[in-house]
Amino acid sequence: MNILVCVKRVPATGGRIVLTADGSDIDTRFLGFTVSPHEECAVEEAVRIAEAGGGSTAVLTLGPAAAEEQLRDAMAIGIERAVLLETDGSDWDPVATARAITDAIRAQEAANGPFDLILFGNESADSGGFQVGIRVAAALGRPVVTGVKSLQPGDGRIVARRETPAGWELFELPLPAVVSVKEGINLPRYPSVPGRLRARKKEIERSTPERRPGGLEKIALRLPQTEATAAEVIGRGPDAAGAVVDLLAKLGVVDR
Amino acid sequence: MSGPVLTLVALGGAAPDRASLETLTFARDLAGQLGAPLEAVVVADPTEARAAAAGLAGRDVSSAIVVGGGGLTTDHPDGWAAAIAQVAAERGAAAIVGAGTERGNDLLARVAARLDLPMAANVLSIQAGDRSQLVRQRWAGSLLEECWLDAPVRLLTVAPNTIPAAAPDGSAAPAVVDVVVTLSDADLAVHVTSREAREHAGVSLTDAKVVVGGGRGVGSSEGFADLEELASLLGGAVGGSRVVTSAGWRPHADQIGQTGLRIAPDLYIACGISGAIQHIVGCKAAKHILAINTDEESPIMGVADYAVIGDLHAIVPAVSAEIRRRRSA
Ligand SMILES: Cc1cc2nc3c(=O)[nH]c(=O)nc-3n(C[C@H](O)[C@H](O)[C@H](O)COP(=O)(O)OP(=O)(O)OC[C@H]3O[C@@H](n4cnc5c(N)ncnc54)[C@H](O)[C@@H]3O)c2cc1C
Ligand SMILES: Nc1ncnc2c1ncn2[C@@H]1O[C@H](COP(=O)(O)O)[C@@H](O)[C@H]1O
Repeated sequence: MNILVCVKRVPATGGRIVLTADGSDIDTRFLGFTVSPHEECAVEEAVRIAEAGGGSTAVLTLGPAAAEEQLRDAMAIGIERAVLLETDGSDWDPVATARAITDAIRAQEAANGPFDLILFGNESADSGGFQVGIRVAAALGRPVVTGVKSLQPGDGRIVARRETPAGWELFELPLPAVVSVKEGINLPRYPSVPGRLRARKKEIERSTPERRPGGLEKIALRLPQTEATAAEVIGRGPDAAGAVVDLLAKLGVVDR
Repeated sequence: MSGPVLTLVALGGAAPDRASLETLTFARDLAGQLGAPLEAVVVADPTEARAAAAGLAGRDVSSAIVVGGGGLTTDHPDGWAAAIAQVAAERGAAAIVGAGTERGNDLLARVAARLDLPMAANVLSIQAGDRSQLVRQRWAGSLLEECWLDAPVRLLTVAPNTIPAAAPDGSAAPAVVDVVVTLSDADLAVHVTSREAREHAGVSLTDAKVVVGGGRGVGSSEGFADLEELASLLGGAVGGSRVVTSAGWRPHADQIGQTGLRIAPDLYIACGISGAIQHIVGCKAAKHILAINTDEESPIMGVADYAVIGDLHAIVPAVSAEIRRRRSA
C-alpha cells in the first residue's frame, strides 16, 4: 500500500503561551517545534502498515523552510520520502492549505503513482480547523472518515473504527481513501539513532505553492481571560494527610 | 430580510443534546443580528426528528426541518452533508451553524467542502456583516483568534461548554417542515457498516466525581498503584498526562487534555503533573483542583485551588491511610 501522511509544524508551547508584542502570533523565540500528537500517530500508523504489508510511505507538510525538521522527524521513524510545500511561514487558512495540498498530491500521484491511503491528523494542534483532510478528500473525490482510532487494511479496502460513548463504529472504505486519525490509534516509537542519521541525509522534494485563500483571515490572537489563582498550600509532605482529608470532607468527596 | 440561519440540532436520546441547545442560543443571537428567521435541521431519522421538534419550543425557532428520502440515515455523514447543502440552497440560508462536537465539526466540514465555502470551527462570538468578525478557539481554547469570515453563507461551529444554553422562553414550538432530498450513490458510499459495544470497567473518567491524575512525577506504571488506591477509596477514577500515556504507563484512553479527554469532576487531584496548557484544557472544568507536586514554582500552582508540596509517593499513601484511619475510628 502506498501511503501519504500530512503533518503541520507547530510551536511546542508548555506552561503558558506568550504572544508577540503586536498580538499577531505566538512568540516562538524560546520554543521548540513539533506536530500534533494525532499526526505523530498518523506517521507511526503509516510506517506500521507499510512494515506489515509492504508499500511506500511519504510525508508532506506546508510550512516554512524550517518545517524540514518535522519531515526529518517522520523519516527518522521510517517514512521514506518527504515533500515540503514551502511558504513564508505566515498563516494559511484551511481552504488555501487544502488547495495547495490537493495540487501537490495530484502532482505526486502523476509522477509516482497513486496513494492508496492519505492520512491526516484529526485536527491541527494550533488552529484546530477540523477540516483540511475532509476538503482534500472531497477535492480528490475519495471517501473520508475522521476521528479514527483503529485501522485494519484489507484487500483493496480498509476498515476504520471510530470511538463513540457506547463503543465503536466501523466504516469499511474502498481504497483509495482518506482517514483522519486520533492519538491513541497506536503508541508511536521513539526514533533510533541510526534512524535519525539516515533521515538527516535524505532528499526533500521542495516546491513553492501558490496561495489561494478561502475567506477565513486571522486578524489577531489573544489569550483567554482566566483568573490567575495562586494555589493555597495546605501542607508539606506526608504530614499534610490530615489537612488533605479535612479538605476532601469539606468538598464532600469523601464519606466516613 | 436575510435568508434563515440554519442550526444543526443533534439528539441525545429523544431530545436535543446540550451542545445543540448551546448552539441554538448562539444562532438565535446571530439571527437577531441579521434580522433572519432561525430554523433548525434535526439531524436524526424522520420519526425521531419529528418527535423532537416540540422540544425546540421557547427558543424562537420558526421551523424544524425534518429530512427524509433516499436511504438517508444518521450513519451516512456525506448523505447528511448533501442533505444540508440542499436544504440550505432551497431556503437561501444566510448561515449554517452546528455544534463544535466531534460529529458537528465533521458534518459542517463536509458541507463546507461540498459547497466550497470557508468554515470556522469552535467559534465563541460573531459580529455579522458583509464579512463577519469572529472569535474562535485555537489550541483547544488555550488561545483565541479574532478573524474575518468572508462568505455568501456563513458556516461555523460553536465551541461547546462556552455559551450556556438559554432557558426556554414563551415562544412557540416550531412548525415542522418535511423536506425530501435527492441523494446519489456517492453521497451514501461512506457509512457505518457495523458497530461493536465496549465493555465498561468501573467509573468512567468523564462521569467520575473525583479524578486522581498522574504525570511524569509518578515515575512508572507500578507507581500508579498509590493513585489507584486513593481513587478507589474516593469512588473515583484514575487519569493521566500525555507523558504517562506516551511512556505506556497508562492506556491512551486515560489521557486528559487537548488530544485526550475533557473531564469535569468535583475534584481533580493532579499528582506529579506540571500543568502544561494542553493538559489544563482537559481538566479546567473541574470544580476544584488539588495539586501534589515537589515543585512549588510549577505552572500547576497557578491553576490549582489547593496544593500540597512534596513527594507524591509519600503524600498519596499517607492520605489513603488517613481516610482508612478515620473510617475505622
Ligand atoms: C499539540 C499538543 C497536544 C498535547 N496534548 C496533551 C494532552 O492531551 N494531555 C496532556 O497531558 N499533555 C498533552 N500534551 C503534552 C504537554 O505539553 C506536556 O508535555 C505534558 O502535559 C506534561 O506532562 P506532565 O505534567 O506529566 O510532565 P512534566 O511536565 O514533566 O511534569 C512533571 C511534574 O511532576 C513533578 N514531580 C516530579 N517528581 C515528583 C514527585 N515525586 N512527587 C510530586 N511531583 C513530582 C515535577 O515537579 C513536574 O511539575 C500535548 C502537547 C502538544 C504539543
Ligand atoms: N500546513 C499543513 N501542512 C500539512 N498538513 C496540514 C497542514 N495544516 C493541516 N494539515 C493536516 O490537516 C489536519 C487537519 O488540520 P485542520 O483542518 O487545520 O484542523 C492536520 O492534522 C494535518 O494532518
